[in-house]
Amino acid sequence: MIGAVTEALSRALALLVGDPQADRAVPPTGFTARLTIFTAGAMAFLAVFAIALSLATGRLADRWSAELARTATLRISAPADQADAQIRAALTVLDQTPGVASARALTDDEERALLEPWFGPDLPLASLPIPQLIEIVETAEGYDPIGLRARLQAEVPGAVLDDHTRWRTPLVAAANRLRSLGWVALLLIAGATAAMITLAAQSALSANAQVIRVMRLVGARDTYIARAFVRRFTLRAALGAAIGSALGVLAVMALPDGGDAGGFLTGLGFQGAGWLVPLLIPPLAAIVAFFATRAAALRTLRSQA
Amino acid sequence: MIELQDVAYSYGGAELFTGLSLTLAPGSFQFLTGPSGAGKTTLLKLCYGDLRATGGVVSLFGMDAATMGRDDVALARRRIGVVHQDCQFLDHLPVAENIALPLQVAGRADEAAGDLDELMAWVGLRGQAAQLPPQLSGGERQRAALARAVITSPDVIIADEPTGNVDWEMSQRLLSLLVELNRMGKTVLIASHDMNLIRTAKSQVSANVLRLKDGRLQTGVAL
Ligand SMILES: Nc1ncnc2c1ncn2[C@@H]1O[C@H](COP(=O)(O)OP(=O)(O)OP(=O)(O)O)[C@@H](O)[C@H]1O
Ligand SMILES: [Mg+2]
Repeated sequence: MIGAVTEALSRALALLVGDPQADRAVPPTGFTARLTIFTAGAMAFLAVFAIALSLATGRLADRWSAELARTATLRISAPADQADAQIRAALTVLDQTPGVASARALTDDEERALLEPWFGPDLPLASLPIPQLIEIVETAEGYDPIGLRARLQAEVPGAVLDDHTRWRTPLVAAANRLRSLGWVALLLIAGATAAMITLAAQSALSANAQVIRVMRLVGARDTYIARAFVRRFTLRAALGAAIGSALGVLAVMALPDGGDAGGFLTGLGFQGAGWLVPLLIPPLAAIVAFFATRAAALRTLRSQA
Repeated sequence: MIELQDVAYSYGGAELFTGLSLTLAPGSFQFLTGPSGAGKTTLLKLCYGDLRATGGVVSLFGMDAATMGRDDVALARRRIGVVHQDCQFLDHLPVAENIALPLQVAGRADEAAGDLDELMAWVGLRGQAAQLPPQLSGGERQRAALARAVITSPDVIIADEPTGNVDWEMSQRLLSLLVELNRMGKTVLIASHDMNLIRTAKSQVSANVLRLKDGRLQTGVAL
């Protein structure tokens, strides 16, 4: 098994390293060469954006769903003498609510810490009508906010359920969908590249029908003949893709930076190791071109005498 | 080496020939004659695996041509030097590289150096080595094709009208090259109309003359 893979790899490498004399057997064609390089470049440019989109929406979805998973809060505003009773009642309700993993009343110290940024450290909490907060941690399935609100209304009149992060649920779904669309776009780009390289290779093959015939008649094997074409198109695709992805990365870098406020739109870009991902585009383009040209060449050769 | 048993061939319409048998024994020297359109070129193409017989068995070096894969055919062709009636070359490469092409594709390029020069001189193309094939005259093309056919020192040499476009002196020269190769043990099969050439050859080697006419092959034809 491993032997077969190594052999296939070394044969692929031998095809690429090639023999310059075999390359000379096929006359150079400037026009298809330029078209191939251009196509590979354009596709690589688009691929950079598809990757950037997928990575950015992925980050967004992860962040939002992490925040979602965190908490909701229950605010209880009640006259001081009823506060403790209402808190106990609310905790009982929450304990019985499916989808609530845990519920806990914040201590005075925690409340003070929350308010400190606005009112300073010396807030006399006890003398102010500050609502009491209960932190709710959901289970993965989540609870039913409508049912919970109805029960709370009946049993704890002073309670207000604030599930402020819940509105993001459809956004997380959209971000996840956008990430998948990015990957689909990437697959389509790879497929379109293969199709175009196949067409270019096919036209080169039919333009060189006499070359192929002469080579066959003097005893060249199909792989020898295919090699000249495969090598050429592989190198052209790699070159085009290198130029295209370099330009794509420059374009992404040149996107205006909206800072934290920009959110989704200006978040389109790479972060950290993400910058290395576009480096994969030229080798992948080369692999696609290698197999597309090889298949086209061997198919054309076999259809001939 | 190459054997045809009861072979038939048709280009789709009527059969060009049927029940044709021929053996190219090692070291033999044979001429194939016959009227234009009789199927000489077709018969030769069967012998180097360019066409597949529509009936009977063609065996190349002991293998049934009908069961040979494309790589098998390629390998068999390295043992057969062919001069085609319509010599085709790689038109963008100089004549010298075209002549060395069979060595090149067989991965024996390093053998070309010495032989190539000598061979080019023999066929009188030393001055044309750097020219491109489209710049050659008809006779020069045939000589280049002959040089290309013999450069690998193949076991069998098949030539289709190799002297069609050259003058008498040059055709004798080419013939003597073929005779020389035959003396070295190579099998030679030449399709030709040129009775003078055949007569000259018979005076130098024991050549068998085949005649293809009306779908039948006669052997041992007297001139
Ligand atoms: N590719 C083809 N398709 C259909 N018919 C063909 C084809 N090639 C040859 N023929 C026909 O087969 C017959 C034999 O052709 P072939 O070339 O073998 O003759 P030949 O004996 O070599 O003639 P010449 O002496 O003129 O070279 C001819 O009638 C020709 O028209
Ligand atoms: Mg003919």
